[in-house]
Amino acid sequence: MNFSINLTVNGVQRDVELDDPRVTLLDLLRERLDLTGTKKGCDRGQCGACTVLVDGRRVNSCLALAVSLDGANVLTIEGVSRGDQLHPVQAAFIAHDGFQCGFCTPGQIMSAIGLIQEAQTGNDPERIREAMSGNLCRCGAYAGITEAVLDARQSIVDSSQRRSA
Amino acid sequence: MNKFEYVRPATISDAVTAAARPGAAYLASGTNLLDLMKGGITSPSRLVDIARLPGLDRVERLADGSLRIGALVRNADLAHDPDFATSYPAVAEALLSGASAQLRNAATVGGNLLQRTRCGYFYDVASACNKRRPGSGCDAHDGENRLHAVLGWSESCIATHPSDFCVPLVALDAVVEIEGRNGRREVALENMHRLPGNTPEKENVLEPGDLIVALRLPAEARAFALHTRYLKVRERTSYAFALVSAAAALRIEHGKIVDARLALGGVAAKPWRARAAEESLAGAGPTADAFRRAAQVALADAKPSGDNLFKIELARRILVRTLTLAAAGTPDRVPALPASPFSSVSGALHVA
Repeated sequence: MNFSINLTVNGVQRDVELDDPRVTLLDLLRERLDLTGTKKGCDRGQCGACTVLVDGRRVNSCLALAVSLDGANVLTIEGVSRGDQLHPVQAAFIAHDGFQCGFCTPGQIMSAIGLIQEAQTGNDPERIREAMSGNLCRCGAYAGITEAVLDARQSIVDSSQRRSA
Repeated sequence: MNKFEYVRPATISDAVTAAARPGAAYLASGTNLLDLMKGGITSPSRLVDIARLPGLDRVERLADGSLRIGALVRNADLAHDPDFATSYPAVAEALLSGASAQLRNAATVGGNLLQRTRCGYFYDVASACNKRRPGSGCDAHDGENRLHAVLGWSESCIATHPSDFCVPLVALDAVVEIEGRNGRREVALENMHRLPGNTPEKENVLEPGDLIVALRLPAEARAFALHTRYLKVRERTSYAFALVSAAAALRIEHGKIVDARLALGGVAAKPWRARAAEESLAGAGPTADAFRRAAQVALADAKPSGDNLFKIELARRILVRTLTLAAAGTPDRVPALPASPFSSVSGALHVA
């Protein structure tokens, strides 16, 4: 039995035919929509490499059935920059060396974008580390990642204050 | 993952009918179920998707002062609900000490209650496991079992229930609303999970088709808000299941404990309410001696199921610590490292 679903992926409406309900959001993105920026690490919800935003919230795309997400709005790493202008979190990861091999980085960045929107950490590095604990980095770039998230969060807060001033 | 039939009913009664068939399972967010299916640990022939059922994603204060939490409310939304976090701070802390931010954004209240054990032998399909395959034996018995149960276990099964959320909930007399083939009924959360006995595959009192639709906290559960904590010892400080955890809730008047609630996690196949220990605290002052006595009482029946004698003393100590922190007063905000015994000051490093 086929299932037709509609997703908005990085701002673009996509009609998707699924021939099998087992397809996860992660596999849909990578294998069927050619959006390979989202990485498959453990595929079991433990590493965070597959993190994307669904309806504005960071989730593990490996543990979500695509068929269950009909109508959802999905944001992946491919959709965060504006042309050549990097998202502030992307720029901060480069500025602070928040990676080594880079495999976990798309998930780290999507998770950090979700974290900043959740607005629970303030500028407390301990809260930021705790809130990023669902993203593993086997290269151990955690110090740079924490600095990048702190920095990006501050620049996003500052620019939104400037806009509202 | 096995093949399955996918259905998405529009109403609760259609869902109950669809899920009453043998081999059917409910799918909410799937954070536990899909993991189990990928590992071949469970293989339902039909998934009944309840994620969009109307009316199950609300938190509402009822006229009698109780709080009704819809089964599809996400863990993160509940933990960050200002009224909820102020009224039941230990429950919010327990929620925030579980899993990762991504999982808490997806995982639902109902799913949390029904999550399966994290016993490695349950997860390893090459191992004998009476819970996964009744009658096959229990490889945990003579295996790596330092994380296993010290209360309520049987020869058939020594697995523990992994939930943090459930621990303060049983302490606060939470009630589960269940819709089934014969209508709606209520079960105290404390009585919903079963101890293994000879049938570890029967983990709770739910019947085929039964759907958890809501969770209710009675009005008096708010009375503990000033003196309550949840603490959890893990092998790493974040994103790990409990070795041992404890919830403590006290009402203190004129220097005496007038009501105490205690529960332990990570020690049994169900969240473990310590009623005798609660009674030992009634009328006592909130002193170290009283807390140590309560901890002795709480673990009086504990016995190791393997290489885990240490968990009994650890559980006593974490109970004393949790009671001590609860008596000192609930913090204004959930600490930076939720439920961590190593975190005392917001922003402080737990590793110096």
